[in-house]
Amino acid sequence: MTTLSRDSDIPTGRSRRVRGRPLLYTSYGQDMALLDTTAKRIWTLVLVLAAFLLSGMLADRSLEVLAGAFVLAIGAIGLNIVSGYAGQISLGHAFFVAIGAYTAAALSGPVDGRNLGFGLTEIWIWLPAAGLLAALAGVLVAPLAVRLRGLYLAVVTLGLVFLGEHIFKEWDHLTGGPGVGRQSAVPTLFGARLDVDGPLGTREQSLYTLMLIMLIIFAVAARNLARSRIGRAFSAIRDRDIAAEVIGVPITRYKVLAFGISSFYAGCAGGLLYVMTGFVEPGSFSLLLSVQFIAMVLIGGVATVSGSIMGALFIVLIQPLTRALPGFVPFISGDTTVTPNVFQVETVLYGLLIVLFLVFEPRGLFGIWIRVRNYWKSWPFSY
Amino acid sequence: MKGLLETVVRGLGNGSVYALLALGFVIIYKATKVISFAQPALMLAGAVAVSYLVEVTGFYLAVPLAALMIALLALGIERVAIRPMVGRPVFVVAIITLGIDVVIRVVVNHYIGRDVRQMGDPWGFDQVSIGPLVVQERWLAMLAVTAVLVGLLFAFFRYTRYGLAMRAAAYDQETALAQGVSVGAVFALSWGLAGFLAAIAGMFVGTGQGVEQLTWIIALKALPAIILGGLDSLGGAVIGGLTIGVVESLFQSYQGDIAPWLGQNFAVVSPYVVMLLVLLVRPYGLFGTREVERV
Repeated sequence: MTTLSRDSDIPTGRSRRVRGRPLLYTSYGQDMALLDTTAKRIWTLVLVLAAFLLSGMLADRSLEVLAGAFVLAIGAIGLNIVSGYAGQISLGHAFFVAIGAYTAAALSGPVDGRNLGFGLTEIWIWLPAAGLLAALAGVLVAPLAVRLRGLYLAVVTLGLVFLGEHIFKEWDHLTGGPGVGRQSAVPTLFGARLDVDGPLGTREQSLYTLMLIMLIIFAVAARNLARSRIGRAFSAIRDRDIAAEVIGVPITRYKVLAFGISSFYAGCAGGLLYVMTGFVEPGSFSLLLSVQFIAMVLIGGVATVSGSIMGALFIVLIQPLTRALPGFVPFISGDTTVTPNVFQVETVLYGLLIVLFLVFEPRGLFGIWIRVRNYWKSWPFSY
Repeated sequence: MKGLLETVVRGLGNGSVYALLALGFVIIYKATKVISFAQPALMLAGAVAVSYLVEVTGFYLAVPLAALMIALLALGIERVAIRPMVGRPVFVVAIITLGIDVVIRVVVNHYIGRDVRQMGDPWGFDQVSIGPLVVQERWLAMLAVTAVLVGLLFAFFRYTRYGLAMRAAAYDQETALAQGVSVGAVFALSWGLAGFLAAIAGMFVGTGQGVEQLTWIIALKALPAIILGGLDSLGGAVIGGLTIGVVESLFQSYQGDIAPWLGQNFAVVSPYVVMLLVLLVRPYGLFGTREVERV
């Protein structure tokens, strides 16, 4: 039978790799694999193991910083889904992060406390709830987004941030009001609190491990999403939305989906973000937070998951460097009331970095990594 | 009724400031297809320049001088940071303007310091009565100056060679280039004009209450104004600005009594609500050109 023989000609699933030829794919499945070469498999494993081992090696203070970076990376991956993969510029990410943060805080807050609270401290309850509520908000906003493109969309999502800021500042039963704030989400896993020193290690060690696991889950999910039918539809919409519609991508459905998924990530990141500080204030969800997320995506690499993680780590890890500046440069002050102070320098640095990356390496840190990798791949030849 | 009319006059006064800012946004957008997020910083710089110059030259000379200074600053920005980016994605340029905005504001904040800087304007909070209405002089001044500037601007676009060149370049850059229009000069001119208008707007924002580091946020209200009017419509920018001003003023006066559940200071975000509602009905604003796209 001809059909049978033809079927057997096209190998499906995981077939045997040819030794010494890492880029020779013998099946479609190999081409689409998350970790398509042996080197990637080994190094990813090493990296993940090293990340877990770090929790025993670093000081608690550094672990807290890194854990924060991991959570921001989840948010950055979310923004990358809607802006990088689906190409819908969103300045409203901070709004969805805020919804997640307050959903988580309210669900896990004490029932008879000063602020709204339901006493459900189990993380597997409030984390999905935070994500889902933010996703719902995203889906509600999406009808506007579907009709708008480019700069109109950017300005509208910007408006969302201002509206959100207003709501959260005014609704003080939920948020505690500006300058006061409220207790943030309490992470409990099957009755064991993760934000206190316990049998698993110190508070920082257990939180670090929690955030790392969360980041891995969300990152792998995003990678899988990107290589699925949905991911390909997103790319088609990004590259040319009308053409995508013509070849049969239901544009409205996928734009709504992109906003929903992105907001789900933002909501989860918001829920986790303030666990470390134990405190959340409505003023934190300003345009600056949105810009920070955009900086992470652009500096890390548009439409790459590993880029988002690199970007988040980069943005978080330059903070200790800039905070140390007053020691070296005498005219920069560490005091917010004096100009120029460290925070202004930081803001300028974000802007400058975004511009430099956009001009010289639009693919971001991920692009730099690709260039370095390609250089050594063909070393000692230039290509 | 009297209260309502006074509220509307206040709204028109503030709205004309938004209209000036919105015109700057639209002029730059029409020339370069970019929303310049540097506009708030230019506005702030204009206000601060006036507040310093007023001590040397007096108010009426300080305003045009400051406006020219900011126009030159905008020209410089365009030449140094925007022109090399021609041909790059719009989003890249928009982010660059955002970065420029931050840089300028940091420098300008240095000159503002921690206190409020006064404009030294002749109006202050003085009130004047027109018939039964009692309104602040500065709102009338804003409205009058904006009316004159808008008239001049429209005449400029309608009757001068450069205005024609700008309209041509906005309509079709390549064709304009082929007809001998220097598109680079058009870019520069549009940034200069936007800087000029922003400085005047900044001066008006500073009248009465003075200017401080956070004043730049007011310029962001021009964004709902341009979206409302349509990104590429000059008339739309003026109408959008005035509408936003009046809506905000109405919310300021009446929302506390009629709808207190919206929370205090809802007026501050009311422009965005109006923008969202209008966009639901008309995705390209009231007067914007509908994009026709071919695959």
